[in-house]
Order: sequence, then C-alpha cells, then structure tokens
Amino acid sequence: MNRDGDRRPAAFWWLAALFTLFVLFLYGPILAIVVLSFQGPSGGLTFPMNGVSTFWFSKLWQGVGVVDIWAAFGRSLRLGAVVMLLTVLLALPAGLAFRKRFIGQGALFYVAVASLIVPSIVVSLGIGLEFRILDDAVKALAEATGWGFLQGYETSAGLYTSALGAHLTWTLPFGLLILFAVFNRFNPVYEEAARDLGASPWRVLRHVVLPIIAPSLVGVALFGFTLSWDEVARTSQAIGGRNTLPLELQGLTTTVTTPEIYALGTVTTGMSLAVIGVALGCVAILRRRRAAASR
Amino acid sequence: MDGTRALQMGRIDDARVAAAPGRVAPRRSRGGAYWQAAPFALLFLLFFILPLCLTVAVSFWHYDEYSLTPAFTLENYQEVFDGCIAKLPALCVTFATYLSTLRFALLAWVATLVLGFGIAYFLAFHVRSVPVQMGLFLLCTVPFWTSNIIRMVAWVPLLGRNGLVNQGLQAVGLTDAPLDWLLYSEFSVVLAFVHLYTLFMMVPIFNSMARIDRSLIEAARDAGASGWQTLWNVVIPLCKPGIVIGSIFVLTIVMGDFVTVGIMGGQQIASIGKVIQVQMNYLQFPIAAANAVVLLGIVLLMIWALTRLVDIRREL
Repeated sequence: MNRDGDRRPAAFWWLAALFTLFVLFLYGPILAIVVLSFQGPSGGLTFPMNGVSTFWFSKLWQGVGVVDIWAAFGRSLRLGAVVMLLTVLLALPAGLAFRKRFIGQGALFYVAVASLIVPSIVVSLGIGLEFRILDDAVKALAEATGWGFLQGYETSAGLYTSALGAHLTWTLPFGLLILFAVFNRFNPVYEEAARDLGASPWRVLRHVVLPIIAPSLVGVALFGFTLSWDEVARTSQAIGGRNTLPLELQGLTTTVTTPEIYALGTVTTGMSLAVIGVALGCVAILRRRRAAASR
Repeated sequence: MDGTRALQMGRIDDARVAAAPGRVAPRRSRGGAYWQAAPFALLFLLFFILPLCLTVAVSFWHYDEYSLTPAFTLENYQEVFDGCIAKLPALCVTFATYLSTLRFALLAWVATLVLGFGIAYFLAFHVRSVPVQMGLFLLCTVPFWTSNIIRMVAWVPLLGRNGLVNQGLQAVGLTDAPLDWLLYSEFSVVLAFVHLYTLFMMVPIFNSMARIDRSLIEAARDAGASGWQTLWNVVIPLCKPGIVIGSIFVLTIVMGDFVTVGIMGGQQIASIGKVIQVQMNYLQFPIAAANAVVLLGIVLLMIWALTRLVDIRREL
C-alpha cells in the first residue's frame, strides 16, 4: 500500500485509534457488569465496588423474585438446542438444492432474505395471529362436534410450535447465506472424482462434501444456537404461556434494582461465550485434522 | 500446493468446456432439488408467508371487545390515522410516532455507517497480515452472539445518575450535578443502536472492500490521486453494495424496534414497534395488524429505494 517500506501513514494511526475505541465501546459496558456482579452484599448498581463477593450469584441461584429464572434458563437451553439442530438439518439440504436449478429458486431465496429484513415485530404478530385463529377454529370444532379428545383444548402456541417456528425464520436465512458463501467457493472436482470412482450420491455427500464443509456447518450451528438463545423480538408475541430466558430478562430490567441482574447477565453471557468457544474449538480441530490428513 | 491448485483450475476449465454445449442435462433427476428444498420452503410458508398474509387479512377484519370477525372494513386503518389529516400541520399521535422512529433510524444509520465504514476500512486496508485481520474481525463479531438485552443493561452502571461517566464528569469539574440525559433518553437509545448494530454495517462493507482489486488503488495513486480522492472516487463506489446491504439491515431493524427503545428509553419513548406490541398486549389485534401493514409498507419502500442502487443477489 504505502511506498516507503514499513512506515505507516498517519491515517493508520487515526484508524487504529478509532478501532481501539470501538473495541472498548463494544466490550467496556459488558466488562463493567461482569465486575459489578461480584459486588459485595451491600453494594449497588453502580461503582464503586462495595467489597468483593459471590453474594449476588448465590442469590440468583435461589431465584429472582416471583420469576422462576432457572426454568426459563432450561427452556431457552432446550429450545436453542432444537433450533440449532433444525437450522443445520433444514439449511444444509436447502443449500445443496440451490447448487442445482429448480423452479421457484429465486422466489425461495427472496423469501429467506425477506424473512431477515421484515421487522421482527411484524413476523411475531403474524405468527401470534396465526395460532390464535387456529385455536379459535379448533375450539369451534370442539364445540360443534363434541369430540371428547378436543374438549380440554387450550392452545397450540408454545415453545416447540410457535416459538420454534419464529426462531427458525430468523436463524435459517443466516444458515442459508453462510452455505451460499461456502458453496460459491466449493470446488466440485472432488465430487466429480468420487462420482467417477462410482460413489453413490449419498456417499459423495457423506464422505466428500460433508467433511469439506464441516467447519462451516459448525458456524451454521453456532448461529442457530446463539441467535435463538438471545432472541426477543420475534418470540415476544409468539410464545404462548411460558417465557424464554431473554423475555424474562426483558421484564426484569424494569423490576430488579440489585446487582442480581448483573449476575444473571454474567451467567448468560458466559453461556454464550462458552458456546462460541466450543464452536471455534471444533472448527480449529476440524481444520487441524484436515491439514494432518492432507500432509 | 500451487501445483495442485493450477491442476484444479485446469480441470474446472475442462469441465466447463465439456458442459458448454447447450447445458447438458444434470446428472441426477431434478426431483432431488425439490425434496431438498421442500422442508426449508415449508417452514417459511407456515411461519412467514402465511402469518404475513393473515396479518394483512386481519387488518381488514372487524373486532369488538370480545371477538374477531372476518370482514372487509377500513375502520382499523381509520383508527390508526384518526384525525391525522384534520389536525395538520399539528402532528397526530401516529404521525409523531412515525416521525420519531424515522429520526431514530436516520441517526442510527448515519452513526453506524460512518463508524462501520471506518472500522471496515481499517481492517481491510491497514491491517496487513491475514491472521491478525481475521482475529480483529472476530473480536468485533463476538458481541453479536451475546444477548442484546444484557448489552443494553450493561450501560446502566456507566450512564446512570451515579454512573461512571457522571462520576468522571463531576470529578473533573465539567458539571456540578449529574447529567440526566445520559440514560433513559433519546441519546441512550441511539447509543444502544450504534452499540448493537454497527456490526451489521461493518460486515457487508468489509466484504465489499475485501474484493476490491488492490491494483486499482495503486493505479489511482500513480495517476496522482490524493488519499481522499482515492477514497471518494474508487473505494466508496466499489463499496456501494456493502453500504446498501448494511443500510437495509440497520434501517429495517431500527424501524421495527421496540425492545431497545423500550429498555434504553426507560419505557417512556414511543416507536411504531412499541405501539404494535402494546396493542397486541391489549388484544387489539386488527388495529395492531393495520399498524404492522403500514410499517411493513414503509420498510419495503425504503428497501425498494435502496435496492434501486444495487443488485443484492450478485453480491453474495
């Protein structure tokens, strides 16, 4: 870039300063609440620290007021795992399909992108309405027919129906876009070689394509879990009775006035970071294995 | 390594030549593609297309306190814009809310664009080693995978009345009393938008920058262009797709937001998304649906205007 060897231009230092400030801006606040979550028992929501303790964590462990935070934690964890799995299982075949030509390809692509940019509150409201109308219809049916098995019917909206669907409309487009990027750079000669050697389509997928794109699939899974784990806007109107952790958290921001909420923030952020760490670890291992195998 | 790559390139060319005459039929039946795409398509049909259609339909339905009845009436839209024309030039509640949301979108857009462009430019053009570049890029993306709510709450110890910023300002003597407008204000809402969504601007712009052929910049310099001229006449035009994609993300997120405005505005600031959320909570579905349709219309209009500038599909 610059002609005089290793001397950096002035712009470099300005931009490096901007970048440093940006990273501080990104991480500073979260570091502040991690530190403050170890506030002493008499400490408040702001600095200074009033001693150092794990008091607020043990308080959190006992639960936050009337909200059963650990049940919500478990629900979010399970939902995140299901969303992660389904994101990979639905996005991968779709990504493979997009490598060929099929009627409606363009429309499906635009629908997926639209799902990413249509405001979440609109999607959420739509799914909420859909299940409400479905419930009304089933109740009307129960009344009209008197069928026994429909009599106790309340609602079909819930964690693994409406909320799951809402989450997938958010995670799947990311998954598809990642796979687009992957397959754009994918070299088909390996597949062709396997096919020439007589491998069936399934074996080509299993032994050639999957090992090559495995690190990217880990990325898709990472998006699936973390986006679900933190999702609020799309879930808000499409959840039914029992809330996920982020929804409870949103409610707690106005009611909890102790460092307990920071402790909760530290725990959920730790959870996210652990998942990111595991994912990056998996990618590193897969890369190393491949490097070792090709040597 | 280079040898094998050259070999691969050669093979690809051979394959292209072989496949060239009249696009030979695919090796396998096309039915495979349909089965592969079907579950994906079905999910979007059930949880995206159908809900949107229902929202549009319900916005024309009739409702009273107890029930929803299918109908075709414009009364919900009339209620949304009740008295808006008559009151002009004074703003009715709906117009004021839309205007305030648009203002947030504009402020967040300008701030994320400038910041996102600067960060992307630094990473793409000033960081020379690829591993360092990827490391710094990852450093910027990690927060995206953590909870937005927590990232908003995290501003409380810094911006609150007794927060670090106020403590610092008072210690230095810049102000006698703590500043109230730092938290639960329009300022904190915009700050949170920038904090949360600069990444959505930075990643597409970085992606565009990474594809710019460096010899173009050399050429501009050799032709005597100054740094700013190169930036304005070479880099920015070539980054247009990234800028447009990032802008679409930021603008649509902010236009529909209710969580950030709610938490960072101390539940005191209105936005379109928040209006819809409140109406849903009061079970006023048709009017919420009417509001959602209007919001969707505005957002689609913005996207249409932006995509006039670039073909997104080509950029992936």
